[in-house]
Amino acid sequence: MAFDEKHIRNFCIVAHIDHGKSTLADRMIEMTGVLTEREMQDQVLDNMDLERERGITIKSQAVRLIYKADDGEEYIFNLIDTPGHVDFNYEVSRSLAACDGAVLIVDAAQGVEAQTLANVYLALDHDLEVLPVINKIDLPSADPDEACREIEDVIGLDCENAPRISAKTGENVRDVLEAIIKYLPGPSGDPQKPLKALIFDSLYDSYRGVIVFFRVFDGSVKAGDRIRMMATGAVFDVVEVGYFGPGRFIPCDVLETGMVGYLTASIKDVKETRVGDTITLDETPCAEALPGYKQVHPMVYCGLYPADGAKYPDLRDALEKLQLNDAALQFEPETSQALGFGFRCGFLGLLHLDVIQERLEREYDLDLVTTAPSVVYKVFKTDGEVIELTNPSNLPDPAEIDHMEEPMVDAEIMVTSEFVGDIMKLCQERRGQYVSMEYVEKTRAVIKYIMPLNEIIYDFFDALKSRSRGYASFDYELRGYEKSDLVKLDILINREQVDALSFIVFEGTAYDRGRKMCEKLKEEIPRHLFEIPIQAAIGGKVIARETVKAYRKDVLAKCYGGDITRKKKLLEKQKEGKKRMRQVGNVEIPQEAFMSVLKLDEE
Amino acid sequence: MEETTENKRTETELYIHIPFCMKKCLYCDFPSGAYGSEIRRRYTKALMRELLYQAERMDDCEIATIYIGGGTPTWLEEKYMEKIIRTVYKYFHVSPDAEVTMECNPATAAEKTLSLYRSLGVNRLSIGLQSSDENELKTLGRVHSYGEFLNTFQYARNAGFDNINVDIMTGIPGQTPATLRKTLSDVTSLRPEHISCYSLIVEEGTPFYDLYEDDVKRREKGEPTVELPNEDQEYELGKIAQRYLAEHGYGQYEISNYARMGKACRHNIGYWKRVPYLGVGLGAASLLDNIRYTNSRDIYEYLSKVEADDFPIYKDAEAISRKGQMEEFMFLGLRMNEGVSRDDFEKTFGVSIDAMYGGVLSKLSADGLLLYSEGRVCLTELGADLSNYALSFFLFDEEI
Repeated sequence: MAFDEKHIRNFCIVAHIDHGKSTLADRMIEMTGVLTEREMQDQVLDNMDLERERGITIKSQAVRLIYKADDGEEYIFNLIDTPGHVDFNYEVSRSLAACDGAVLIVDAAQGVEAQTLANVYLALDHDLEVLPVINKIDLPSADPDEACREIEDVIGLDCENAPRISAKTGENVRDVLEAIIKYLPGPSGDPQKPLKALIFDSLYDSYRGVIVFFRVFDGSVKAGDRIRMMATGAVFDVVEVGYFGPGRFIPCDVLETGMVGYLTASIKDVKETRVGDTITLDETPCAEALPGYKQVHPMVYCGLYPADGAKYPDLRDALEKLQLNDAALQFEPETSQALGFGFRCGFLGLLHLDVIQERLEREYDLDLVTTAPSVVYKVFKTDGEVIELTNPSNLPDPAEIDHMEEPMVDAEIMVTSEFVGDIMKLCQERRGQYVSMEYVEKTRAVIKYIMPLNEIIYDFFDALKSRSRGYASFDYELRGYEKSDLVKLDILINREQVDALSFIVFEGTAYDRGRKMCEKLKEEIPRHLFEIPIQAAIGGKVIARETVKAYRKDVLAKCYGGDITRKKKLLEKQKEGKKRMRQVGNVEIPQEAFMSVLKLDEE
Repeated sequence: MEETTENKRTETELYIHIPFCMKKCLYCDFPSGAYGSEIRRRYTKALMRELLYQAERMDDCEIATIYIGGGTPTWLEEKYMEKIIRTVYKYFHVSPDAEVTMECNPATAAEKTLSLYRSLGVNRLSIGLQSSDENELKTLGRVHSYGEFLNTFQYARNAGFDNINVDIMTGIPGQTPATLRKTLSDVTSLRPEHISCYSLIVEEGTPFYDLYEDDVKRREKGEPTVELPNEDQEYELGKIAQRYLAEHGYGQYEISNYARMGKACRHNIGYWKRVPYLGVGLGAASLLDNIRYTNSRDIYEYLSKVEADDFPIYKDAEAISRKGQMEEFMFLGLRMNEGVSRDDFEKTFGVSIDAMYGGVLSKLSADGLLLYSEGRVCLTELGADLSNYALSFFLFDEEI
């Protein structure tokens, strides 16, 4: 089973969302014969339920394939799948560090898209060789020549040798496998040197402890070795090493230079194996660690609370486990008068938040209350102190505030020409500062705006989609902070301020937001035995008000013997409704209401 | 069921369902329809077989009340109905002072038919009127006029019925306080012994639901409605009826039922007190030994089961747990104005009502929904208006 470096290829596939990355990965797995066709499930690599349902890849996964090439020799392919969405760039970056080359998929019908560029630049940052592949040539609207020209013009990659394939039908996929051998480099490293391996991912298994995913750069590692994590200094005895079969782990004797695989070492504490850390041997350590990953910074924060207060420790455990293979997730404990004990969590973006929330609910069976997301504001106090504010409730008294700054992003929106007007209008409404517009093609423009991040995190994606009938794609990058007139909008329900509903808003749109928030809450809050005023206030001054009327009549009038089962069902439904409520003062608020601020622009 | 050393039979109620109508009303979601004569013949035969099958098993029961409901029992051929009543009296132990009610719609029964039923043992007639306003009758899809009701009422009196109920309805689309007061004054001036006053419920699956779905949803949120009375109007109409009836000698004894002194419907009260009952016919439910049996609501399924002698023919049977019995004791008992008795609870379950429901009782009473004093627990007027909300608190978190 000894393979020299010439017969190993460590690579990933990068693409814009929906350009066919997972399909190509499936096809490659199929063609290399690791699995029989019967064993194939669609999208083998996406093994989380959530991923399959949404058709997106969230968590990077790796798989080892054996390919018998046209030259008659066998090659090991370590294929590392990467997510395509902008929120998950950091995951891509982690995967790339374990690779020597990248396959770039471009949709023959759609050409180069915003995330195609973003991912290519990431790959080039990591000094990877990039092999372009034109996919979806089976589509009637496919124009491979045009796609090639775009790649050459926009990215500057030579497309002369780019395979033109249909991952869906399998047409020409073998060309990709051959091209990988021909154009992508094998790993370089020294088998004689002490072990030097990079952790690029990990997960927690309740039986085996932490399972560490890594790439060997120098030396080798086998069961029984005593290893050391260079950053944390933790030392472990390796129990098992192995590589990745599709959807499962396959143990092996040793992982040598250039290989990608996993190890277990009875590691109980998730904090001791940091993604980006270097693994070496305890007795003969390597001279210096590999450069780790760039630490990523959350851009969006929100409060996560267990619906059942007793589940607080479970939520903490679940967050710790998720953080293990999701370095971008940050959290710290916080308390809310309305919601009790919970965590303030940081995310890369809204989709990231959404995915984490769903994973907590599904994989850890937690029922959560989420508060409205917030960005990080800088509060400059009159005494010179600067606070980084992640929770609106912690905003100091206005008298102590000199001024505030909010994060701005460089937003880039690619859209077909017919929607340019609508999209520009949307950006203006969201306080965008126009930068430029360029037509990349006759019918397609890239619009650039500088926008406040807090205008994007709520429902910008949805608004963008609906105003462009789904055609616009959007990418953004943090630009820095700008001074801004911001106020805290408080919500009072039945005359009591509900801390978890407060949010920071631009002064100019505060009135409008406050009014919409009251309207939304009026819809969400069920009627009670008494009238409930809902008020929006800034600094104690009420700017909007709605009322939930007391309900007067709720009777099942006719009810004869046979109706009793039905009657009971009706009462049960009523009772069930009460369970999903949070009691604030004497008002019961449904959990969904705490996310109301996200839905202010819905029709 | 009680154990007795004497030869005493268990008091039991009998419900007989007749699922036939001249035309189905637009709001009705009972198992009934305008079936043809062949189905009516087959159904009568099947019903008799079910009665005979059950009679054998009910030998230790004393039938204290009988309720022949529908549908429109008086729409069934006289000869069939006669057979049914005779069969019941022949094969069941019907108490000599049994209350025997039959439902009836105006213009479906001749005086001599009513006389016949009276002579066979039916001693209480329940007439579906709903409203004395012709437009409202049309809106509801009723097939009779107010004049026809007056005739039927007179026939019933002539036939010797001295215990008559009249059904009326509040919350009809287009109903105003004035039209409701007119209906109330028209009906009470006839001095029926009993008045059932229901508020119209728009049930899913009825033509009314298709017509008024949007209004129903608006009303749930307390928003203005287009055709149905809005929540405040509906509430007001209910209150008008409640007050009017009280002022005219009709005491409310249950959420929707009013009677002159001593004329409360015993059959009805039996349901709220969880007296055992046997239901026969389409969709009928029984409560026997704390098991609730329900027949199919599909007439063809019902017929084919009986005709194939596939007894027992019930479609569902649910054994009611001890906690389930407590829940029912409370949410059914509290529908009555007199509420439930603490002693009865303790006698039935061997545990005090406070031990099981102390927290709920004090919460609901603090909210002004419930009164609990000396020996009894009952809903307040507010509690009765919001009975679904109030009663839902008596369900336990999980079944045991």
